Amino acid sequence: MSGYTDEQLAQISNELRERVLQMIAKAGSGHPGGSLSAADIMTYLFYEVLRLDPQHPKWPDRDRFILAKGHAAPILYAILAKRGFFPEAWLDTLRQLGSPLQGHPSMKDTPGVEASTGSLGQGLSFGVGVALAGKLDQKDYRVYVLLGDGEVQEGQVWEAAMAAAKFRLDNLTAILDYNGVQSDGKVPDVMPLEPLADKWRAFGWAVWEIDGHNFADIRRAVTEARGVRGQPAMIVAHTVKGKGVSFMEHRAEWHGKAPSAAELATALTELHAHRQPAGDAGASGKGREGDDQQ
Amino acid sequence: MILQARYQWGKTQKATRDAYGEALVALGRTNPDVVVLDADLSKSTKTALFAAEFPERFFNAGIAEQDMMGIAAGLAASGKIPFPSTFAVFAAGRAYDQIRNSICYPNLNVKIGASHAGLTVGEDGASHQMLEDIALMRVLPNMTVVVPADATEAAKAVPALAARPGPAYLRLGRPAVPVLFDDDYPFEVGRAALLREGRDVAILACGVMVASALQAAEELAAAGIEAAVLNVSTIKPIDQEAVTWAARTFGALVTAEEHSVIGGLGSAVAEVVAETVPVPVVRVGVRDVFGQSGKPAELLAHYGLTPAAISQACRDVIARRDARH
Repeated sequence: MSGYTDEQLAQISNELRERVLQMIAKAGSGHPGGSLSAADIMTYLFYEVLRLDPQHPKWPDRDRFILAKGHAAPILYAILAKRGFFPEAWLDTLRQLGSPLQGHPSMKDTPGVEASTGSLGQGLSFGVGVALAGKLDQKDYRVYVLLGDGEVQEGQVWEAAMAAAKFRLDNLTAILDYNGVQSDGKVPDVMPLEPLADKWRAFGWAVWEIDGHNFADIRRAVTEARGVRGQPAMIVAHTVKGKGVSFMEHRAEWHGKAPSAAELATALTELHAHRQPAGDAGASGKGREGDDQQ
Repeated sequence: MILQARYQWGKTQKATRDAYGEALVALGRTNPDVVVLDADLSKSTKTALFAAEFPERFFNAGIAEQDMMGIAAGLAASGKIPFPSTFAVFAAGRAYDQIRNSICYPNLNVKIGASHAGLTVGEDGASHQMLEDIALMRVLPNMTVVVPADATEAAKAVPALAARPGPAYLRLGRPAVPVLFDDDYPFEVGRAALLREGRDVAILACGVMVASALQAAEELAAAGIEAAVLNVSTIKPIDQEAVTWAARTFGALVTAEEHSVIGGLGSAVAEVVAETVPVPVVRVGVRDVFGQSGKPAELLAHYGLTPAAISQACRDVIARRDARH
């Protein structure tokens, strides 16, 4: 798919953010912060890049999107429903007994979910396997893996990083949702990652560093990454945890907490204001409310 | 019906890992979807044989077992039948969470070849002597666990597991062990095989302890005690029919395995027996301790995994049964 303006993508992304918060509020638990930070990247991928057929979720030639940071399941479910993989009504069953929408992604339960994730650090290895299979079968599908920043503290991620470079997996693009906040606090306080882009370069990856809320940035990096030959691609996307909701932005407490009814109402009002056609210029609002913490 | 099979004390000895490596090559020739992974132990696990013939379908993950399991999961999700292979301690232990969450939870078609299991690793010592893997793998939903008794059974298990959808754990040993079975051995996943008829007691064994159980039965026969011997090579799903038949027929069971007595074959049998035909069970295995360096035969003797220990267990369990009446 293609042909969306940045403004249209921003509009879709904010609608998805609203849906995510509604889902988590209804479920009474879940992870809003990392869903909101990933919303723009995932909107771009699912609306402009990924070759998918929602009617045939197992189509062998489809592109694969693997949500390694599985706790961001709500944004994945919201986007899969919006793309038609399953009815939107399912979203109201998130985390409930018997629901096809598990608390973390389950490939056996949900159409369009490519990997069962949630135990952090495992998604990139899985993506390496899918990319290797694509090479073996001489398929031209591409594998996208979205990693969390705290997630790359897991040693397995770096095992997978070595393997992807060794096997010259130029059909693999990883994107790192670098929102700088994890469950226990700011990433540099919990376990510093810097120099992060240099680490991926040192592991043999082609690396981009972008603003993960700027669609022009995302478009350029994802497009250039597709052109790389002989090595995997890593896009380090600087994002804002809780992006779009002033009282959630940059705050670790919103890593894994459901909003109350009043908080949800405030958040929806803010997000809705962002997507008023006259008042919003799209994704260029990075930092606009980022420091406005309550 | 209980599966019946013949055995013989042949002149040949062969390691189950050697049979595994050869069987992978044979399977690779007929099934292009079979791929093999290793973690820098391909000479030891014998996957080097596959690598030599099918280099494009062999992936060395380096010393990174967690990544190897994850890559295998991704390959399986894309239609391949991967056999990630390493030592049992690094497969079931090091990569447990990857096996649980990336492989078993989504029920992916990954066949784990776990060599160098048990005490018979020998001199490498406790760090490498995996005695808990049957327990760890058996408890995972969707997982199949097979412990072949000899090279013939190991070779038959490879294509059988490849043909069976879902994850599997194939437990293999380092040393050459007696080849008990001919090519006509009727291996089936999930079926125990009666190797020797009995009258007084049944021994249910797996892996290298099957040969020891047969020796024990011969010793007991000389003393007038007739012990049936079953090769329970599939630990999960356990052959409920065979276990309950043995419990009902003999009223006294001995289990024998090169594994902790906690959580392995003995536990699986005891679980079935306790819920169906409660009879005395005595478990021969490692008594909740780590191993140590030594020669395989020395270690088996030191930790009580011998024909003599099995014979004594048979006498004990018969006495317990008879004391009830």
